[in-house]
Amino acid sequence: MTTLLFSAVVVAGSMSLGLLLALALNRAGHFAAFVRSAVFSAYVVSWVSVALLWLWVLDADAGALSALVRQSGLVPRNWLGDPEVAIYTVALVTIWKIAGYSLVIFLAGLQDVPRELQEAAALDGAGAFRRFLHVTWPLLRPTAAFVATTSLILSFQVFDVVRVMTQGGPIRSTTVFVYAIYEDIFMNLRVGRASAQVVVFFVFLLGLTALQLWAWRQREAA
Amino acid sequence: MTPRTVIGWKGAVGEIALHFGLGLVALVWLLPYAWMVATSFKTLPEILQAPSYPLPSGLDFEAYAAVLGAMPLGRYFWNTAVMALAIALLQMAVALPAGYALAKLRFVGRPLAFGLVIATLLIPAQVRFVPVFALLAEVRLVNTMAALVLPFGVSALGTFLVRQALLSVPDSIVEAARLDGAGELRIIYGLLGPMIAPTLVALFLFSFVFHWNDYFWPLVMTTNDTVRTLPLGIALLREQGTGVRWHIVMAGNVLLSLPVLAVFAATQRYLLRAVASGA
Repeated sequence: MTTLLFSAVVVAGSMSLGLLLALALNRAGHFAAFVRSAVFSAYVVSWVSVALLWLWVLDADAGALSALVRQSGLVPRNWLGDPEVAIYTVALVTIWKIAGYSLVIFLAGLQDVPRELQEAAALDGAGAFRRFLHVTWPLLRPTAAFVATTSLILSFQVFDVVRVMTQGGPIRSTTVFVYAIYEDIFMNLRVGRASAQVVVFFVFLLGLTALQLWAWRQREAA
Repeated sequence: MTPRTVIGWKGAVGEIALHFGLGLVALVWLLPYAWMVATSFKTLPEILQAPSYPLPSGLDFEAYAAVLGAMPLGRYFWNTAVMALAIALLQMAVALPAGYALAKLRFVGRPLAFGLVIATLLIPAQVRFVPVFALLAEVRLVNTMAALVLPFGVSALGTFLVRQALLSVPDSIVEAARLDGAGELRIIYGLLGPMIAPTLVALFLFSFVFHWNDYFWPLVMTTNDTVRTLPLGIALLREQGTGVRWHIVMAGNVLLSLPVLAVFAATQRYLLRAVASGA
C-alpha cells in the first residue's frame, strides 16, 4: 500500500512537473539550456547524495528549510519524523531527483511536434491552452506513455533513498516494497519469505509493463 | 495604442514572468548543492549556531580531514572506480558481439533470443539479488570484487542499443569485409565497433555513472572494507553516530557527487542526446 501511494505521488508529480518545464523550456538559448541542465543534474547524481543532501536541508533543528520556515514566523513540521508526512517527503525528494528525466524525454518529444501545425492552429485563433490540448498533447501521447512506464517502474524499485533517509520509519510508514524485502533478508533473516515477496514483486512489475504496453498500443491504434 | 502593441506588451510581461519562474526553478535545483558545499567548509560551532548563517566564515577543511579519518577513503575511491570501469568495459565488450548476432546473423530462434533480451530489461537488480546472493554465497564469492562486477557484465540495455545501432549499418559492409578474408571477431571489434562509437561511448558513460552511484548492490553483496564502495562509506558516515556533525557528512557528499557532476558537465551534450533517444 505504501508503495502504491508513493508511486502514485511520484509518477503524477514528476510527469506533470517534467511536462510543464518541458513546455516552458522548449526554446533555444543559453538560459533555457542552463535551467534544463540544472534540473537534469539531480538525475545524474547518486541517490545516496540526494538523500543525504535533503536530510540535511530538512533537518528539524538546523536544516535550511526549517530555518526558512521559522524565519517566516511559522512552525516547521517534522518532515521525516511525522508518520503522516514522511512518505510524502520522501516522494517529493524522489520527484526532485527524477523530474529531470521526464523533462528531457518530453523535450525530445516536443521537438517532434511540427512547428507548422502550431502556427496553423494559432492562425485559426486557438489560444495557447487549446493549442496544447488539441495539437501538442495528442502528438505527445506516446512520449507520455513511455515516461509513465519508466517512472512507474522506477518508483516501484525505490530503495536507496528510503534506506538512507528513513530506514522505513517512522512506524514503518515509509517501508516500501523493496525495503521490506531487504529487511526480511538482512535483518529478520527470512530468506524464504523474501523470495516469495520478490516473486510477487516481479509478477507485479511484469503486469504493470504489459498493461502499459497494451494501453500504449490501444492509443496508437486509435 | 493599437491592439497589436498591447499584445506585444502583454507578451513581454509574460516573458519576464516566465524567466523569473524558470530562475526560481533553477534555484530549487542548485541551492541544495550550494548548501552542501557551504556546509562542508563550516566548523562544528557554526553548524550548531541557532539562526545559522548560510555562508561559512572561512574555508575550513576540518570536515574533509574528518572524512579521511573516518574511513579508508582512498580504498573506497579505488574500489568504486575499478568496479565501475570494469563493468562499463565488460558490458561494451560483451554487448558488441551479442548485438551483432541479433542484428546481422541469421539463425534459428533469433526472434526468441531478442525477445529474451528485451524481457530481461524489465528485471531490476532488486528482483535478482536474492537468487544471485544465494548463488554467490554457494561459491564463496560474496565480499569479492567479482560479486560486484560479474552480475553486471552482461547488459540487456547495452545489447539492445548495439543491435539498434548495427541495424542501420548496411549488410554489404559486413559481406565485403568477409570477402576480404576478415574473421568474425575482426569484423565485430575492428570494423563495426568504431562505426557505432557514439552508441558505445553513451553505453560506457551510462554504465560508469550508474555503477559509480550504485548503492543497493554493493550494500547487499559486501560486508567488509576491502571491497566496500564510496556510496556505502559516505552513507555510513551518517549512521556512525555523527549526530549533528553535518559538515562532515556534507564533505563526504561533496567527494561522492563532485566526480559525477564533473563527468556530467563535461559530457552533458552527449548524455542528454543519448537519454532523449531512449537509452
